[in-house]
Amino acid sequence: MNGLTFDIAHLLAGSLVLISFMMLYQDRLFALINVFALHAVMLALSVAWQAYIQDAHHLYITAAIALVFKAIVIPVGLHRIIQRLGIHRDIETAVGIGPTMLAGIGLVTLSVVLMLRVTPEADPLAREDLAFALSIILLGLLVMVTRRNAVSQVVGFMSLENGLVLAATGAKGMPLVVEISVAFSILIAFIVIGVFLFRIRERFDSVDIGALDDYRGERR
Amino acid sequence: MSGFSFDAVAAILFIPAGAAAILAALPNYRMTAAVNVVASLLTLLAALSLFVTDRPAPGQYLLVDDLNIVFIVLNTFVGFTTSVFSASYIAHELETGRLTAPNLRFYHAMYQIMMFGMNLAFVSNNIGLMWVAVELATLTTVLMVGIYRTHEALEAAWKYFILGSVGIALALFGTILVYMAAQPVVGEGTNAMVWSVLIEKAAHFDPALLSVAFIFLLLGYGTKVGLAPLHAWLPDAHAEGPTPISAVLSGLLLNVALYAVLRFKLLLAASPQAIGPGPLMVTMGLTSLIFAAFMLYRRRDIKRLFAYSSIEHMGIIVFAFGMGGPLANFAGLLHMVMHSLTKSAIFFAVGHIAQVKGTQKISEIRGLTESHPGLGWALVIGVVAIAGLPPLGIFMSEFLVVSSTFARHPWLAIPLVFGLLIAFGALLLRLTGLAFGEPRGGTAPVEASYVPMYSHLALVFAAGIYLPAPLVAWFQHVAGILG
Repeated sequence: MNGLTFDIAHLLAGSLVLISFMMLYQDRLFALINVFALHAVMLALSVAWQAYIQDAHHLYITAAIALVFKAIVIPVGLHRIIQRLGIHRDIETAVGIGPTMLAGIGLVTLSVVLMLRVTPEADPLAREDLAFALSIILLGLLVMVTRRNAVSQVVGFMSLENGLVLAATGAKGMPLVVEISVAFSILIAFIVIGVFLFRIRERFDSVDIGALDDYRGERR
Repeated sequence: MSGFSFDAVAAILFIPAGAAAILAALPNYRMTAAVNVVASLLTLLAALSLFVTDRPAPGQYLLVDDLNIVFIVLNTFVGFTTSVFSASYIAHELETGRLTAPNLRFYHAMYQIMMFGMNLAFVSNNIGLMWVAVELATLTTVLMVGIYRTHEALEAAWKYFILGSVGIALALFGTILVYMAAQPVVGEGTNAMVWSVLIEKAAHFDPALLSVAFIFLLLGYGTKVGLAPLHAWLPDAHAEGPTPISAVLSGLLLNVALYAVLRFKLLLAASPQAIGPGPLMVTMGLTSLIFAAFMLYRRRDIKRLFAYSSIEHMGIIVFAFGMGGPLANFAGLLHMVMHSLTKSAIFFAVGHIAQVKGTQKISEIRGLTESHPGLGWALVIGVVAIAGLPPLGIFMSEFLVVSSTFARHPWLAIPLVFGLLIAFGALLLRLTGLAFGEPRGGTAPVEASYVPMYSHLALVFAAGIYLPAPLVAWFQHVAGILG
């Protein structure tokens, strides 16, 4: 394999891990969503690069889905939902940033050690992709665990799915079934979440006086 | 002949899918409930026809073999009886205004999509397709758990959704790893995801990669089986959703995930240098059993009580399959079938009980055998069965699990029996309060359909007394396949 193509693939996958780390310390929802959009853009680039070096044209579709759907449609949608729910000022008291980052570093170490050890014979690009992908998945899990807010849990989950897409594209010649299914699952997941958020909002519109008091800024 | 049998597989998939489309369009709830029952019955008949027709050769996507027929028939049977129960249950929910007509349309359409997803998971020969099908079945149940839209129901559905998604994500990662392990041997493309191809060549796969893949798959699908450290979604989802959904969750969806684990266990067993799946499954099974057994004591909600009992029994089943060998596998299979039948019967009874009493709190339900003998005695028989008393079927399967454990790893039998006894005590303790004594709570007459619950219980009873020889032979054969 040509050194440069390898390095670029490495760079893109590595930046995905870095952006996953950035998610860990965002305490504002809007900032978190923006970082997620960046994550999705980087994923799209990484998948497109894989499509180019593997000469697998169907992967461009996956890249396009990542770019349009995850980097644009979902972040915009989530922005709107947050505004409508009126939770955009919320600051999340996550587990302290220091411990979270340390845990993240531990998880990345774990996944690199594990993946490089069990795949000595695989194609070097694929195995390093796999190590990065597992790191992203575990970091996504960490985001989900350290957040209480539904929206940020969803973002954590989507970054986790990005890791899955990276792993699937790194596995050479993996049938399209899987990429489409991942894209589909995200679509469905989003619908489900939309339904949920809509219903939750509906509950805010109820006759509950406590909610009204909160709305007017006076708490009993 | 072979053309006809392919139709049977197609029918199992297309009847629910088509019914879902029709149900989504029908406005009248009585009619949708009837269509739901008819569609489920037709699916069951199609599944039964698999026994008599020739099987299609395994394709790239679909497969019918001796292992999955057991699961398919069980699945469609409980799906059918639950749809009968659901018709009477839902009518009551509509009267009391907990559900509205549009809700019901949605509910029935989702019910059939869920059946479609589960059947697809069973017949799929492609590990990617299986993953998609399990995910589909999960998402539909998430929607149905949240259907009451109360705060608790939404929270339960959310928890279920998040934990289920994490599980399914781990399972997908495991699936990708299996592909990575298969690709150097089988070659690129769809073939490296076809289970019947993988099993033939599994001996040449990279054992380390396959082992790691199995751990992810066990954790991922194990979340859906409700194994102990990953079970947190299960009690909430059972307690807050409509009771027919609790019945299919416990009786069927857990089996779907278990089936996925078993398929991959076979793959691992075919690769001699990979880690043995047994010890992992035994550990998780025992943990679930003992943990759930203790949790049974502190329950105040009747549906939660039986949800924990499901965790306990899935633990026993996973333990049995983890032990492996013809006898333990036989016991595991039998236990799975018995548990599905009994637990769904219990949920049928509990659903009606909660409706007449207007509460799910155990402390507010007393003396059922006096106020509602039909329901009360069904509950008594069901709980006696699920606690593992003779002469019912679960006694026999638990006995087989315990005796095969004694024969091979006596020291493992100690925690197993310990867990069984703890759970037994908890269930009987609760049962005496629920079923006997001075009646408390609502005494309104019940418009229940007794047929589904008593037919399940009759089957469980019959299985405890006498298992027909052909059935035993079939189960032995399947247990042999499971290795």
